[in-house]
Amino acid sequence: MDASSVVAPPPSGRRSLHRFANPGRFLRLSGRMLPWIAAAGAIVTAIGLVWGLLFAPADWQQGDAVRIMYVHVPAAWLASAGYVTLALCSVVSLVWRHPLADLAATETGPVGAGFTALCLLTGSIWGKPMWGAWWVWDARLTSVLILFFLYLGHIALVRAFDDPQRGYRSGAILALIGVVNLPIIKFSVDWWNTLHQPATISFTGAPTMYIGMLWPLLFAALGYTLVFAAIVLARTRAAVMERRIRALLMARAAA
Amino acid sequence: MTHLPYVVAAYLLGVLIPTSFAVSAFLRMRGARRRLDAMDRRRRR
Repeated sequence: MDASSVVAPPPSGRRSLHRFANPGRFLRLSGRMLPWIAAAGAIVTAIGLVWGLLFAPADWQQGDAVRIMYVHVPAAWLASAGYVTLALCSVVSLVWRHPLADLAATETGPVGAGFTALCLLTGSIWGKPMWGAWWVWDARLTSVLILFFLYLGHIALVRAFDDPQRGYRSGAILALIGVVNLPIIKFSVDWWNTLHQPATISFTGAPTMYIGMLWPLLFAALGYTLVFAAIVLARTRAAVMERRIRALLMARAAA
Repeated sequence: MTHLPYVVAAYLLGVLIPTSFAVSAFLRMRGARRRLDAMDRRRRR
């Protein structure tokens, strides 16, 4: 008998989204998917990064410093996408009070903070040779820094209470309040006169980027997204099992 | 290659940060699974 079968409650015939949130079913399903997502993430990220570093053309203005884009832009996308994930888990947690959503939100926070830190650090490294400064109080940079602090606040808040439920609830409220920062990040380069360049890729228009640079960027973005998903999935699996261990220990202590 | 130290530093961070998260998540998951399996074996005995 493996760990997933220990956690699995009796099977339910109900065909709803809730059946995927059942901890036992989640462990079985994620256990099957995780190796594939992790392997695909590692391979696609490696292709994107090697392509961007060695084979993509240098920029006529920025030279080879433009290659930092293949790390910085996916990290920036995932900083925002991670926060959207956090907010969605928070909605499910507040509305349906689902324990798996609480655990997923708790485990998404540190990973999102890590990718936001990666975005800020690589942006700083890119900014030094291009702008002549490691940091400027530009609207885009400042709003991403606020996003990083929101992640840190969420991480601290969910662990700040003796009663975990109060922590999850407070964290969910903070996560939902912080969503207001996402459009500010997105449109900061349009609303204010910033040093940071405006978006070169959008869902509504054609990209203003040379195709030889666009493809490795898309590969790196897809790869990093899969890596992010694999890390969150693995952490959430660990959290589900750790919760089960605590429950078993408490049951044993009470017996 | 121009700006080589900056490019290398960015790529190192781009590899090291996700890798450290992935390794710690894997180790935590493996530890939890082992503990749970051990507890389950003890419970069935």
